[in-house]
Amino acid sequence: MPDFSPFDSGARSPVFFDETLVMLRDQIRRFVETEIKPHADAWETEGATPRALLRKMGDLGFFGIRYPEALGGSDLDQRATVVWAEELGRSTYSGVAITALVHTDMASVHIFNAGTDAQKSKWLPRCIAGEAISAVAVTEPGAGSDVKGIATRARRDGDDYVLNGAKMFITNGVHADVYCVAAKTDPEARPSQSVTMFLVEKGMPGFTVSRPLDKHGWRSSDTAELSFRDVRVPAENVLGREGGGFYEIMKNFQNERLVIGAMAMGEAQAALELTVEHVRGRIAFGAPLWEKQGIRQRLAMLSARVEACRQFIYSTASRAAAGEDVVREVSMIKALAGELVNDVMYDCLQFHGGMGFMRESTIERMTRDARVQSIGGGATEVMLEEVAKRM
Amino acid sequence: MKVLVPVKRVIDYNVKVRVKSDGSGVDLANVKMSMNPFDEIACEEAIRLKEAGKADEVIAVSIGVKQAQETLRTALAMGADRAILVIAADDVHQDIEPLAVAKILKAVIDEEQPGLVLAGKQAIDNDMNATGQMLAALLGWSQATFASKLDIDGDHATVTREVDGGLQTIKVKMPAIVTVDLRLNEPRYASLPNIMKAKKKPLDEKTAADYGVDVSPRLEVVKTTEPEARKAGEIVGSVDELVAKLKEAGAV
Repeated sequence: MPDFSPFDSGARSPVFFDETLVMLRDQIRRFVETEIKPHADAWETEGATPRALLRKMGDLGFFGIRYPEALGGSDLDQRATVVWAEELGRSTYSGVAITALVHTDMASVHIFNAGTDAQKSKWLPRCIAGEAISAVAVTEPGAGSDVKGIATRARRDGDDYVLNGAKMFITNGVHADVYCVAAKTDPEARPSQSVTMFLVEKGMPGFTVSRPLDKHGWRSSDTAELSFRDVRVPAENVLGREGGGFYEIMKNFQNERLVIGAMAMGEAQAALELTVEHVRGRIAFGAPLWEKQGIRQRLAMLSARVEACRQFIYSTASRAAAGEDVVREVSMIKALAGELVNDVMYDCLQFHGGMGFMRESTIERMTRDARVQSIGGGATEVMLEEVAKRM
Repeated sequence: MKVLVPVKRVIDYNVKVRVKSDGSGVDLANVKMSMNPFDEIACEEAIRLKEAGKADEVIAVSIGVKQAQETLRTALAMGADRAILVIAADDVHQDIEPLAVAKILKAVIDEEQPGLVLAGKQAIDNDMNATGQMLAALLGWSQATFASKLDIDGDHATVTREVDGGLQTIKVKMPAIVTVDLRLNEPRYASLPNIMKAKKKPLDEKTAADYGVDVSPRLEVVKTTEPEARKAGEIVGSVDELVAKLKEAGAV
């Protein structure tokens, strides 16, 4: 796959990205080409992305994109996040990408948004440096996007809360140092007022990883089921207002959807690029597959759809950065990008022929990785309801 | 000691180069441009000298179109202290020839008085490999080209050069021009905080006319053509088959 692609004219356009963001994109891309792609097959087998890589990302400031300079961040906006997610998606190893993106944009962000000064100064400099990795634990065996339906309980006892329950599909679940955990503090309250977020630290007695999960894709990401048995969490670890967890979680969904959309479109670009390269070189019936109009026009239409979705993401990120409400748009993006990336992978694998069915081919891994993009972070059906409510 | 690092904006090394249909050169419209990789190595070395306490200031200079300021920002993000952009062309397709570049650099050096110039051994676009040597001649300074190792010791520099058939170590008197080769170092990433800092570092803008240098070309490009396409290979099943094929082709 070439390091420079036809998709880059949009990615470098000053309409969306200033010189700083173009330089950031170049640095992330070089990092992906040098530090990730040559090594990540081993991480797929090991089932996790090594901490040393995350430390390097931290050293380069990639984990502090949105955080204030005082904490070690660079105080940039949603457009920089889109660059970060898109370039990681382009890596072709989405397990690595999601490890980093959950840390920056789905987990540590809760500490920033809802944390006290003491919580922020304890965790964020370490999260930004990559010394501490974060996870977010909301989903349960019986509740995903339906946050109000969670069953994990936190009961006040003196200066502590006592947590009991289980969490499911938790990205970074095996290896994280700090977990933002949602639990019901007041089951009698209205559902939207009943959830509180807690900072649960690795090693707190009673908190264990029940098992690492064996996944269809994202093999280089550690995903776990977590167990909480009488875990005593000091009251100072309450994240945000007691009973305010539901709104804290909802608040970050907007950012998450944009991030997943950008990541998915990075994946789609990479898949199209390597498929174009493949069909240009693959001879069948005396000529490269590229000479078949049916094939190249299908790829051309997919690239048009991907380009349209990217421009939608770029403009929505720019509008969000300007302070506009884009709830409707990010829900559309999550639905659209999650489905589109799977359409792209289906055709790209098809055009790889038998090779596309082999575990050794990149497109085979990418197809497995893409499948979750229409599920995780809010399934397409849930997203479409969000859109429909606003029609 | 000040270290001056000339950096050139060139077509990115990953871009598949396309020849313009009229054969007048390479198509640079809408193409990713980057810092010449050898210049990146020179920049890295200069920053390391500063970090080692052997240099006080690193100044990056670029000569060409206005867009070369992006290249200078990259140098600043890596760690150069300030930058000078000398605008010498409006059209991205106009290449400033080595002699004109050397003359402008000499004028910049007369003003800045650096103790060392670290340059790439050549630019990957036209592979001239001439600017450093011409500059040394214009200044009357010592020169060491194709450096794979550099040690500064007082008023001398010890340089290991990559030459045909091996390595040659020479000692040159400072001030000197050193042009760098691929294996001197591995350039660092520009971290995001350093990219942010680079925005605030000084970048002076000059023109070739400010230095009284005529940049009009002395060379005429007669024709640019693409190299002949590589013919498809053939996968053989065994060593015996390979040997048979080679014999058939008259290669062994």
